[in-house]
Amino acid sequence: MKKTELPRWATGFVLPILNLLSALVIAGFVIHLLGESPLESLEILVDSAIVNPEGLAYTMFYASTFIFTGLAVSIAMQAGLFNIGAEGQMYVGGLGLTLAMLAFDASLSPWLLIPAGMIGAALFGAAWAFLPGYLQAKRGSHVVVTTIMFNFIAASLMNYLILKMIPVGEQNPASRVFSSAAELPLLTSWFPVLGDTPLNICFLLAIVALVIYGLAVWRSSWGYKLRATGLNAHAAHYAGVKISRTIIVTMLVSGALAGLASVNSILGSTHYLSLNFPAGAGFIGIAIALMGRQNPVGIFLSSVLFGALIQGGFDLSLEKPNIPQETFIFIQGLIILFCGAMEHFYAPALLKLINLTGKKAA
Amino acid sequence: MQPAVEFRNISKAFGAVQANADVSFSIAKGSIHGVIGENGAGKSTLMSILYGYYNADSGQVLVDGQAQDIRTSHEAIALGIGMVHQHFMLVENMTVLDNVMLGNEGGFKLAARRGAVEATLREICARYRLDVDPLATVHDLSVGAQQRVEILKQIYRSAEILILDEPTAVLTAQETASLFEILRLFKEQGKTIILITHKLQEIMDITDEVTVMRAGRVVGAVQTRDTSKEQLANMMVGRPIQSELPRGPYQPGAEVLKVSGLQLKDANGVALLSDIDFTLRAGEVVAIAGVSGNGQSELLEILSGMRLPSSGSVEFLGQPLPYAGRANADGLPAAFRGLGIGHVPEDRLRDGVIKDFSVMQNTVFGYQDQGDVKGRFGLFDFKKIAQRCAGLMRDFDVRPNNPDLRIGLLSGGNQQKVVIAREVAACPKLMLVGQPTRGVDIGTIESIHTQLLRLRDEGVAILLSSVELEEVRALADRIIVMSGGRITGVLPVDEFDTTRIGLLMGGLHKS
Repeated sequence: MKKTELPRWATGFVLPILNLLSALVIAGFVIHLLGESPLESLEILVDSAIVNPEGLAYTMFYASTFIFTGLAVSIAMQAGLFNIGAEGQMYVGGLGLTLAMLAFDASLSPWLLIPAGMIGAALFGAAWAFLPGYLQAKRGSHVVVTTIMFNFIAASLMNYLILKMIPVGEQNPASRVFSSAAELPLLTSWFPVLGDTPLNICFLLAIVALVIYGLAVWRSSWGYKLRATGLNAHAAHYAGVKISRTIIVTMLVSGALAGLASVNSILGSTHYLSLNFPAGAGFIGIAIALMGRQNPVGIFLSSVLFGALIQGGFDLSLEKPNIPQETFIFIQGLIILFCGAMEHFYAPALLKLINLTGKKAA
Repeated sequence: MQPAVEFRNISKAFGAVQANADVSFSIAKGSIHGVIGENGAGKSTLMSILYGYYNADSGQVLVDGQAQDIRTSHEAIALGIGMVHQHFMLVENMTVLDNVMLGNEGGFKLAARRGAVEATLREICARYRLDVDPLATVHDLSVGAQQRVEILKQIYRSAEILILDEPTAVLTAQETASLFEILRLFKEQGKTIILITHKLQEIMDITDEVTVMRAGRVVGAVQTRDTSKEQLANMMVGRPIQSELPRGPYQPGAEVLKVSGLQLKDANGVALLSDIDFTLRAGEVVAIAGVSGNGQSELLEILSGMRLPSSGSVEFLGQPLPYAGRANADGLPAAFRGLGIGHVPEDRLRDGVIKDFSVMQNTVFGYQDQGDVKGRFGLFDFKKIAQRCAGLMRDFDVRPNNPDLRIGLLSGGNQQKVVIAREVAACPKLMLVGQPTRGVDIGTIESIHTQLLRLRDEGVAILLSSVELEEVRALADRIIVMSGGRITGVLPVDEFDTTRIGLLMGGLHKS
């Protein structure tokens, strides 16, 4: 029978891989123009990001942050909301985390301090997403516009607040360093092969978050109503879903997840709040949600991919002076272009191919 | 004299639906020609072919005696054909003048031509007594005036043949009268008018000739002066009577629904429902007959909790339904379902199912928060849901019998069976059904009808609305006829009379 749409294995695996390869081919061509060998560069990239255990640990460390921002964007997408504001929500989430640390890091044990910090991060991230969600639900102000604006507001607000937090005598625009009670358990203490790397329990928490996300979205009536709202709000209303409440709650959860992404960055590595610490992780979350098709496995794989690109790209720019570090941003852009905007670019050709081979077999 | 338009053996199919079958008739130059028929009779398809939106599968269209192959609306306009759509095609925040010039700018700079066009418009308005100010902004105009702008647009584009699609559907009685004045003036000027309507009175008032369509075919072509409303109504709705479906004796039980003084106004204050009063008993089917867009959809939406009424009350099993004190209907349908009100919505793809969900997921749609679909930790128990779904698909003969298939891939009839199965499975006390068999293949219609009658025999109160009179006759114990948001008549099914119902549907109150 002639198929009119692609089977799931094709849309789930073949298309993303084709898109990814296309992005890499163009990236390779640009590296060639920069006067370096694309294959050699790829080798360096893979070697330093995946093969080398320490490199792999860094890749996973970055991925831990990206899983949270990817989940934040994904859960909003399930409800038909395009949350561009994960960057700002993560930034403000970092504020909540820091306030909890500054208040309690001298008095609480790590067992209480770290959860308190996580709650602070989640609450502040959710609060930052509340207003865009409310405005979308009640006033119809598009969440894309409001979350973009909230990113700018967050940047200015944090700029102002961090300058207030600089300890006397310091010049670095950052808060004071937290006490050692705020340090997250590192995975290297169980797996010494990982070396001196910041990979910490946030990676495990991210996996747990992926599982909970999967259950909540596909196995709970909450997720069912969320997806129904995203797919067809008219029908969701018919089914008794409270549309505006669903939109607001989804944005709160999305913001909380983005806020939680700050835990890995701050408590896992720097141990202080610094200016512009999210460094684009919120935006990478958009790419991850698109590329991973809001599926837990997909989010995990794309997070690892983007983690590897950062880690490998960093080493690459050290070894190949002709390749600037910004090349990573360029490759990231290409991946977003192919996996997001041109997601179905190869679909018609692939469909033809499947029908052709199907005919031959029959 | 040569006819302005002649249709010769036009046929057009959409998939399995034959929208036009071998349609032939001609429209005399300088006449007002009415085309009437029920919803889905093929009137709009035929006019869309004339106006170049669709291409006929076979047959010919002759304009002024010349065979024409009209492929786009531009070509139709070039031939002097103009169309006034039921839903206006105006840019609301532009002036009348700019709307007329849109698509006819005649160059990059507008200012040069604006003065000339304005003068022409004023001249046309004076000649045809179209009371429109060319410099007024469209959204400030009344509905009737907006329609005059549409007509103005067509005259400015020198239309000689004017198609009006249900032009009076949105007009008040006064506006209708003044529209007809304008149309008569047109006729005096030698222009040809094609009036598509289902309102019999209008046909009698203004047309010279009438073509009656039914199920894609021309079933009658008469001179208006030789016919009567009764004869037209008969031609419009009459059709062979289906064999009787099995049903128990009519033994209505306790009162389930009591609607009193129900009113609904839209955001602009236009009345969509006025003074709706009726009751419904257990074990009874009340069917609402009427041409679509006469308030039936809104009534069912209110009774299912999807929409709040403006005023009036509804009692369900003796208790008032909780409309009061709410700002919107968010979440209300869930509460109504909990009370025992099932609802098969008339637009199932818009409201009744999520196309991208599987059949199985759709069988819990609306009932997703009820305990019997949940297992451990409050998560869905997919095993239980799958079992239940398999049972429903078997009982209601849903094909193909695959619960994991996306419901969007099922035929309309099978989608409808899933929706009905889901609502029946919840054991409602009141079942609301909008257009039970719209877009449903013929083979499925009877099975749906049988299911609904079985439900009635089990003592469920059923309120359904249908634009198919034959369906109303086959299912109803009592018939409510609606027109213009009002109940124009109530009659027991024994007194079923297509002529009388046709007249009531046409808005002739209690005649």
